[in-house]
Amino acid sequence: MIGVAVIIVYCLVPFYWMVVSAFRRPDDQFSNLPIPWPISIENFVAVFKPDVGFGRSLLNSLIVAGTATILTLIIGTFAAYALARLDFRFKNVVLAVIIATSMFPGISLIVPLLKAFTDWGNLGPVGAFLGSIWGESWINTYQAMILPSLSFALPLAVFNLTAFFRQLPFDLEQAAMIDGCTPGQAFRKIIIPLAAPGVFTTAIITFIAAWNEFIIALSMVNEKEMQTATVAISKFTGAYGFDQPFGTQMAAGVLVTVPLVVAVLIFQRRIIAGLTTGGVK
Amino acid sequence: MAVAAGAVRKAGKRPKNREEGAGRLAAILVSPTMAVLGLVVLYPIISALYTSLYREGEGLDAQGFVIEGDQFVGLGNYAAMFAGAGADRFVNALYNTTFFTVTTVLFETFIGVAMALVMHRAFRGRGILRASILVPWAIPTAVSALLWKWIFQPDGAANALLRTEILWTTEGWQAKVAIILADTWKTAPFIGLLVLAGLQTIPGEVYEAAKVDGASGWTQLFRITLPLAKPALLVAVLFRLLDSLRMFDLPYVLIGPRKDSVEVLSMLAFDEANQTRYGPAAAYATILFLYVAVIAFLFVRLLGADVIGAAKSQRKKTPRAKAPTATTATGGAAS
Repeated sequence: MIGVAVIIVYCLVPFYWMVVSAFRRPDDQFSNLPIPWPISIENFVAVFKPDVGFGRSLLNSLIVAGTATILTLIIGTFAAYALARLDFRFKNVVLAVIIATSMFPGISLIVPLLKAFTDWGNLGPVGAFLGSIWGESWINTYQAMILPSLSFALPLAVFNLTAFFRQLPFDLEQAAMIDGCTPGQAFRKIIIPLAAPGVFTTAIITFIAAWNEFIIALSMVNEKEMQTATVAISKFTGAYGFDQPFGTQMAAGVLVTVPLVVAVLIFQRRIIAGLTTGGVK
Repeated sequence: MAVAAGAVRKAGKRPKNREEGAGRLAAILVSPTMAVLGLVVLYPIISALYTSLYREGEGLDAQGFVIEGDQFVGLGNYAAMFAGAGADRFVNALYNTTFFTVTTVLFETFIGVAMALVMHRAFRGRGILRASILVPWAIPTAVSALLWKWIFQPDGAANALLRTEILWTTEGWQAKVAIILADTWKTAPFIGLLVLAGLQTIPGEVYEAAKVDGASGWTQLFRITLPLAKPALLVAVLFRLLDSLRMFDLPYVLIGPRKDSVEVLSMLAFDEANQTRYGPAAAYATILFLYVAVIAFLFVRLLGADVIGAAKSQRKKTPRAKAPTATTATGGAAS
């Protein structure tokens, strides 16, 4: 029991400190009392002041992480189905490539992508031609954040979905094919409805990973308007230039984190529910 | 499907066109993923390799004209890392990267295994345990870096608790300690989750047999639990190693850019790219890429970490209740 308590304290105390610090009055910011007293929401109000513009950053994060998640799921579901269900040559090669790509350091992708997105002309005549179609520079655009995010989101999603699809009862699929379904029909009519809980769970995991992303958003954007939440928080400036507005940052940190913590709790229940509602018992 | 297909093929009844159909379907289903990965992973890697052989125009040529455009310098950017003006900075970043990777993974493994052992034995409070262990994982690294920066302020919680007056986030050994502490806090629970999933696959009969044979608690731990949890542990450690090598958010936010004590290879490459010195930046990034690749290769070859097997292992034969932990754990790996 002591061990359990130690783990809970270890995991929660720093997070608790963030919440406590967020709810202090700016005047008591450096107080080290374990509970904030008097409780104040001044820090949270400060987060949404127009000159901070955190609402816009939250929206940007939502757009980038949301789009990346949706794209990832659409593309990844197909691949995961094939990897989990179909027997084909090079299957292990494909799986190995997908796992290997998730291990590449982000910076080795960002340097060339930054060069291309800064000015497509940097890539020579072909790049310049492409740039004339879709815009010379992608800096400060959503696509400049969404596309590189696929590099880690897609392997993650395929990895998870493959594991989920393997757990599905394939007797049903076989039965459907014996009844005359093609493999494609069996996929649409049998597997997709059964896989929905797993897809949903993967969506949450992918979304959290994309939402927490930092280095891509930091590299591809230099306008405040286009910053995502994680980058915006790290760049909050205080009223007096040098001092760091920790109270506001903690409040913004709570705002960014609490939805994720809540999602994690719901997502666990969802998985258990998903696993118990299989078509074959 | 694989099993069924094998059985059918053995019986020789399977129509050939059905098999070709499955192969074609697989190709259609897999190709979008491979195309996207080719575009956002493979192409940048090759492009970085190419860019690293060039240097952006700087200075004047023999006639006194400003050099414009990229100059081919061959391995010049790589040579400059070890011998040029920036050599000290590169060697320092390489050292920091290695130092942080070794120390954090070591601490995280010990704490993570201990956590897994405790969680495996806990009968009460499993729900709250699982929930709280996911909290450090769910917090964005950049936010956790700010949180620790706040804790490590001169008049912050760390100094108040320790009754010290250390300027944690300034250059020096203390900055390294701050990074190690913050990183360990965030990712030790992740190792705990992965190892716990491994522990849960050990059948109870093994322990019963050991008990009958009179094995003590420690003997059970070192002769049964750890050897049987080794595959899960190896994969967890490999994921952490590779993640640590590319560390960026934490030192960048907690201590800041261009600080000798904590500058790692990712930060160095980022800094160069930000100043549009893409050639040297690509060279640093390529070195980091090779570093990661070599570590992964050695780990898989020498220790036999079965990464692909880990992806395959969550089959029906493992009890279903275990899936949430295992899946969540892989979720943290690539983030």
